[in-house]
Amino acid sequence: MKIAMPVDDKSMETTVCQSFGRTPYFLIYDTESKESVFLDNSAAASQGGAGIKAAQTIVDNKVSALLTPRCGENAAEVMKATHIQMYKTINDSIKDNIEALNAGNLSLLDEIHAGFHNHGEK
Amino acid sequence: MKIAVLSGKGGTGKTLVSVNLAAVAKESIYIDCDVEEPNGHLYFKPEDIESEEISIKIPFVDETLCHGCRKCTDFCRFNALAYINKLIVFDEVCHSCGGCVLICPEKALAEKEKIIGEVQSGVSEKVTVITGILNTGEASGIPIIKKLLSHLAENKGLSFIDCPPGSACIVMESIKDADYCIFVAEPTLFGVHNLNMVYELVTLFDKPHGVVLNKCLEGENPAEKFCLEKGIKILGKIPFDNELGTLNSNALIAVREEIKYRDMFSSLLQMVTEEVQA
Repeated sequence: MKIAMPVDDKSMETTVCQSFGRTPYFLIYDTESKESVFLDNSAAASQGGAGIKAAQTIVDNKVSALLTPRCGENAAEVMKATHIQMYKTINDSIKDNIEALNAGNLSLLDEIHAGFHNHGEK
Repeated sequence: MKIAVLSGKGGTGKTLVSVNLAAVAKESIYIDCDVEEPNGHLYFKPEDIESEEISIKIPFVDETLCHGCRKCTDFCRFNALAYINKLIVFDEVCHSCGGCVLICPEKALAEKEKIIGEVQSGVSEKVTVITGILNTGEASGIPIIKKLLSHLAENKGLSFIDCPPGSACIVMESIKDADYCIFVAEPTLFGVHNLNMVYELVTLFDKPHGVVLNKCLEGENPAEKFCLEKGIKILGKIPFDNELGTLNSNALIAVREEIKYRDMFSSLLQMVTEEVQA
C-alpha cells in the first residue's frame, strides 16, 4: 500500500510536519516494498490555497492513505472526492506512524480545521 | 478633493474624524470603505437609501466538455481549482481573474455571478452617505471598494473616504485615488506602531499626508514624538474628552450637537484644505 505523509526533511529520520498544505516535503512510502520517495511540496510557497494544491499532489501520486497531524477544510474537500483514507499521526516519528498503521493502530482523522488563511500560517 | 482617513488599527477614531469632517463641510460625500464593519451610517442615519448588489464572477464547469487537461488548475495561482476525476472549484479561494475561462481549450468553463455584498447610498443633510457592505464570510471586499470609489470619479467636490483599519490590499485600494491622507493616531506606543504601518504605506504611495492625534492626555504623547521625529505634519489634536466620547458612543455627530466641536472640526478641515492646496 502506498501512503503519504507531510515531513520536515528528505530523510526517514526526520519528523512529521505539523502543517499539511505548507509542509516542505511529502514522503511517499510503499508499505510492501518499503521504498520511500520524497517530493518537494510545490504548494508550500503558494499565496493561498496551499491545502488544495497539496491535496492535488497527494491524489496524483495515487496513494491509498494519508497520514497527517492536521488537515484544513479545503484539502479535506479535495480528499473527499477520492478513496484516500486520512489517518491522524500519533507523534512526530515517521517510523512510529508507519508501524502503527501496519499494526492497525492509527485512527481516522475526523477533526478538520477551518484553515489559517493568512492568520498564523505564513 | 478626495481625503482618505486611515489608521493601522481599529478604534483610533477614523470614523469620528471622517464623519465629523464630512458633516462640518458645507457639502460633501462620505464613503465608508470599512466594508467588513461599516458604521458611519449609524451616525448619519441617511435617508432615501438606494441599494445596489455587488457581485463577482466565479467559474463553473460544463462536465460534458471538460477533458481533464488541467490547464486551468496549473494556471490558477490562487489554487482555486482541483481536478479529481472532475473539476472542483473553490468559490471562496477564487479571485475572479477569469484566467481559467480564457485558458480552457475545450471552452468548458464559463462564469456565473456571485453576490458578495452591496453599496447603499443615501442623504443626511448636505452629506451624501455611501456605504459598502461585504457579506459575512466573503474573502475580499475589493470589488465593493472599487464600486464605492467609482462614485467619486466625476466628483469635483469634497469627499471623505473612511478606510478599513490596517495596511492591507483593501486599504491600498481605498487610498489609491486619494489626494490626501489623514492618519488618526492614539497616544500610546502601540499607537505609534500602528501609525508607522500606515505611514510607511502612504509614503510608498507617495501621497501627501498629515496626522490627527486623538485621545490626547496631559503628559508625553509617543505618537506626537514620532511625528516630530519623522517630520509628519500634525493637523490637529483631539482631547481625551468624556463629552465627545459620550456623544460618539450615542451615535451622534459631535459637530451637529455642540458649537465647540463644530469649531474644532472646522479648524481641522481648514487646516486639511490648506495642506491639500499647498
